[in-house]
Amino acid sequence: MVRLESGPGEIMEVSMGPHHPSTHGVFRMDVRLEGERVVRLKPVFGYLHRNHEKIAEHGAYLSAIPYTDRLDYLCSMTNNWGYVLAVEKLAGIPVPERAEYIRVIVAELTRFQNHAGLVGFLLQDMGASGTPLMYAFREREKILDLFESLSGARMMCNYMRFGGVRVDCSAEWLEEVRQLNARLPRFVDEFEALLRGNEILMARTQGTGVLSRELAINAGVTGPMLRASGVNYDIRKVDKYGVYDRFAFRVPLGDHGDVYDRYMMRILEMRESVKILEQALKDIPEGPVMDPKTRLRGLRPKAGEAYGRIESPKGELGFFLISDGTTNPYRYRVRPPSMINLTILEDMCLGRNIADVVITLGSVDIVLGEVDR
Amino acid sequence: MTSLPAVEELKAWIEAGVPGAAVRVIPNGSPSAQHSLLIDQEHARTVAEFLRDDARLRLDFCSLVTGVDWLDTETTEKIKVKKVVDGVEQEVEETRKTKTPGYLEAVYHLFSMEKKHGPVILRLRTANRTDDAHVPSLTPVWRSAEFQEREAFDLYGIVFDGHPDLRRILMWDGFADYPMRKDYVPPADDPLVGVRP
Repeated sequence: MVRLESGPGEIMEVSMGPHHPSTHGVFRMDVRLEGERVVRLKPVFGYLHRNHEKIAEHGAYLSAIPYTDRLDYLCSMTNNWGYVLAVEKLAGIPVPERAEYIRVIVAELTRFQNHAGLVGFLLQDMGASGTPLMYAFREREKILDLFESLSGARMMCNYMRFGGVRVDCSAEWLEEVRQLNARLPRFVDEFEALLRGNEILMARTQGTGVLSRELAINAGVTGPMLRASGVNYDIRKVDKYGVYDRFAFRVPLGDHGDVYDRYMMRILEMRESVKILEQALKDIPEGPVMDPKTRLRGLRPKAGEAYGRIESPKGELGFFLISDGTTNPYRYRVRPPSMINLTILEDMCLGRNIADVVITLGSVDIVLGEVDR
Repeated sequence: MTSLPAVEELKAWIEAGVPGAAVRVIPNGSPSAQHSLLIDQEHARTVAEFLRDDARLRLDFCSLVTGVDWLDTETTEKIKVKKVVDGVEQEVEETRKTKTPGYLEAVYHLFSMEKKHGPVILRLRTANRTDDAHVPSLTPVWRSAEFQEREAFDLYGIVFDGHPDLRRILMWDGFADYPMRKDYVPPADDPLVGVRP
């Protein structure tokens, strides 16, 4: 803490982080305060930087997949999908239909557990110690168990491959997902009832951290945060990648772009994920999950480049690859949604109380493994 | 996703909308067929504003900004030259080396949230790949470029002229080198030393 000016209108500089409990890892904010009012806020990160992109450029196309697990370490399945989608675009690799359905199933399970966890953390930041987070983690546990029985790992799944997925799922596994999915709506109801109408929650979140529609678009904000500001842009609908054009689901939109809307987006998106899961589990066809002719080791795409993107739980996750015709990507770039969503953190916090910084940051949904890479 | 014209037509639109802009189509040989447009530095900002504001395009969303390092390339070709050797004209084979200087590139992927189309890919090139390689910043046009241009500055050493807050973002302030460059030599205790290039 540094006093920059003394007397009335005293400005203080506080370094929040890197080990502040609300920063979900190692993230710091240089906050200037006049009393308790924020007059400047600069995010500082890079503590987990390991030059993920350089590591991937040093290895073959296949060997980057396990590294992508470690970007947003809560959502390894969607990270895998973003990367393999870009390689499939770069090299023109087709994906069998059953694999596309399995990808949708694991991606929606990932979205569900991410959103449940986020809501739990956000409430934790507001002082609802333990209970909501543990409710969320109880459900997340069941989903991670399913990932473990499918891929062998709970969090670092390393499950998808360009041209399909690594192993097929069994009929029993699908039955387990079906049974879990039938219970999930009750969890969302319970979770929502616990919190909706809670006076403290309303008072703290409504009108806090407002992000306007225009700024959200210009600042490249994506995911639930963008939709909370009322912009109808969901890459599952826009690009219709995979088989997302076959499912009926709605894109929830907010009105005010405040923390409350961002919180509600997560609740509503969980419900839509359940709907997608229901349809995918009903329609999943039999067949191979990978064309045996697809070359995994020693893949040499023709010289060229491709940008592939998906709607990850946090926003637009994209991978930009340039091939020079060798076995290693010449350029490998991740578009990290949670880093780009931090661009306007200062704009959302200016003039607000320092306590609001914590919940505004919580509603952005960052994971430092992805921000820092 | 249908309202975007072919890349050649887009080039014509830009040249009509921004007089004097030099636009070159960079074809992409991969099945993705995402071709890009190389824009001259002088008109980059105006072209970006045109792409953002034109009613047919409305590329309001700049999704991805990144740097790419292209090293100096040397091509060797064998040519036959006529020479007078010992008073007799003979055909002699000679090797000629042509050196193309390297450059750094800033790549922008643009989409439209309003029209739901994209990507349109813009490329800006620096004159060289020294420590003093400049391109104009597009952060005043798209705020989403703010952190990403800082990252390209941090890791590639591309200086974005007109950026409001150009500082290192992932590496620490005292760090001197640009680790994403292709000729970066890591310090001896770096775990990547000894890994195949």
